[in-house]
Amino acid sequence: MPNSLFEEKLNSGEFLVTTEIGPPKGADVSEMIHHIDMLKDKVDAINVTDHQSSVMRFPSLGGCLLVKERGGEPILQVTCRDRNRLAIQADLLLAYSRGIRNVLCLTGDSVDVGDHKEAKPVFDLDSVQLLKLARTLESGRDLTGNELKGAPQFCLGASVHPEADFIEPQLVKFEKKVAAGAQFFQTQGIFDIASLRRFMQYASQFPVKILAGIIVLASAKMARYMNDNVPGIIVSQAVIDELASAEKGKGLQKGIEIAARLIKTIREENLCCGVHIMAVGNEKVVPDILEAAQLVGVHR
Amino acid sequence: MIVAEQKPVEEIRQVISPYEKVLLLGCGTCMTVCGAGGEQDVSFLHSALRLALTRGGGGSHSFLEYTVKRQCDFEFLDLIKDKVKEVDAILSLGCGIGVQVVAERFPDILVLPGINTSFMGMAKEWGVWDERCAACGDCRLAETAGICPITRCTKGMLNGPCAGTKNGKCEANKEMDCAWVLIYKRLERLQQLDKIRRYYPPRNFRVIPRPRRIVKKAEITTGGNNA
Repeated sequence: MPNSLFEEKLNSGEFLVTTEIGPPKGADVSEMIHHIDMLKDKVDAINVTDHQSSVMRFPSLGGCLLVKERGGEPILQVTCRDRNRLAIQADLLLAYSRGIRNVLCLTGDSVDVGDHKEAKPVFDLDSVQLLKLARTLESGRDLTGNELKGAPQFCLGASVHPEADFIEPQLVKFEKKVAAGAQFFQTQGIFDIASLRRFMQYASQFPVKILAGIIVLASAKMARYMNDNVPGIIVSQAVIDELASAEKGKGLQKGIEIAARLIKTIREENLCCGVHIMAVGNEKVVPDILEAAQLVGVHR
Repeated sequence: MIVAEQKPVEEIRQVISPYEKVLLLGCGTCMTVCGAGGEQDVSFLHSALRLALTRGGGGSHSFLEYTVKRQCDFEFLDLIKDKVKEVDAILSLGCGIGVQVVAERFPDILVLPGINTSFMGMAKEWGVWDERCAACGDCRLAETAGICPITRCTKGMLNGPCAGTKNGKCEANKEMDCAWVLIYKRLERLQQLDKIRRYYPPRNFRVIPRPRRIVKKAEITTGGNNA
């Protein structure tokens, strides 16, 4: 029995599309609901980010509840930056009880890159320990072995960085995540298809599903900014040059083109089981990317 | 060693302003080595405070200077018990431990900190100190090729690097080496990469409930040298 609709799809062999929504900084969720309604039937699942880049926002859990309410399939992002093992276990129990079964387990960005730089970084656990913890809860026990009244069941995901400039330790970590119970991976943003090919050649030996991360860039300036400031992002010079070649005001259009081209290549070469589109603030263009990648109508 | 920085003169001036006679108390060990509160630093601070007070007005103050060998030991503080009687407050240029030991030794006098205690570390080069130990109480350096991930990884992770490492540096600070890149390379050089492949469970924070206390069971020997 699959634990979620998304898990069922992961095992179906279909080409999957997931995306993510960054919650608002504030209590007004109307725009987020608009994005959920716009995307929920066009993709297989929607991640809601957990204080992405360590910037304080409406929580992932709250966003996932909204996705659920609106009839979408949520993926809860859980990071270890802000919560210790007690709080994380409690959140996972709450998520399960509300029908949120897909969990992306992340360590979380450093507090130093965000907007509350003086906050106490928690990191009681790391991503590998978090995956293990979720599997422990499934066994009916908490982290210290106490019996649970009602065990949750999850479809667990993690992240991997195929374009890291020093790949070996990243692959060690990837293998630890697989061993700890990750079923699917969302990669960090892919910009160079050759590195994804290399990574997939290696990763295909493991019994996990890989979704290639696709970041939608709106300009060369944004690409350079992300290279300098956003952890885990390495935009290639070729992509920066292509964005820079766009006519004034057409940067985002070029970004959509690049994203769609990557997705088409990944699908045509059957490189991995799907893509995870990260529109970083431009959620509204996700349907345009799907259309440009000829993925409209493939879903639902 | 313990590494620290002296507080800004203005902050020190404000905190001592209610007291007429103040003992500026240096520390001859770590604070001397890191140039935050040794004999010479006490003397410089004394001059700086005099200058600031002359310019700013604000009443009459006088200072005594003294530097003990170690502030973190009652034994060395006995030497200043007469001086303490002459002053209204002590400004300790010892680390946070020194300040507290002085306060514990002299319960009837106010002890103020003149230092921000930073970390335990090493002098990397002249004038540059790097943190090396977090005193976590559960040393793992055998597993990490002598490089501490709890201290040197900004997230204190045990199972390898995060995805934020770039050009061998940390996502939190582009000047800072990624501890896990260093650990991987050194384990590789020592042919011990199996150590990074192991799973390490969550840390046991119970080994550091604060405040910690160690009671050493005395080994009773005859004719031993206890010096």
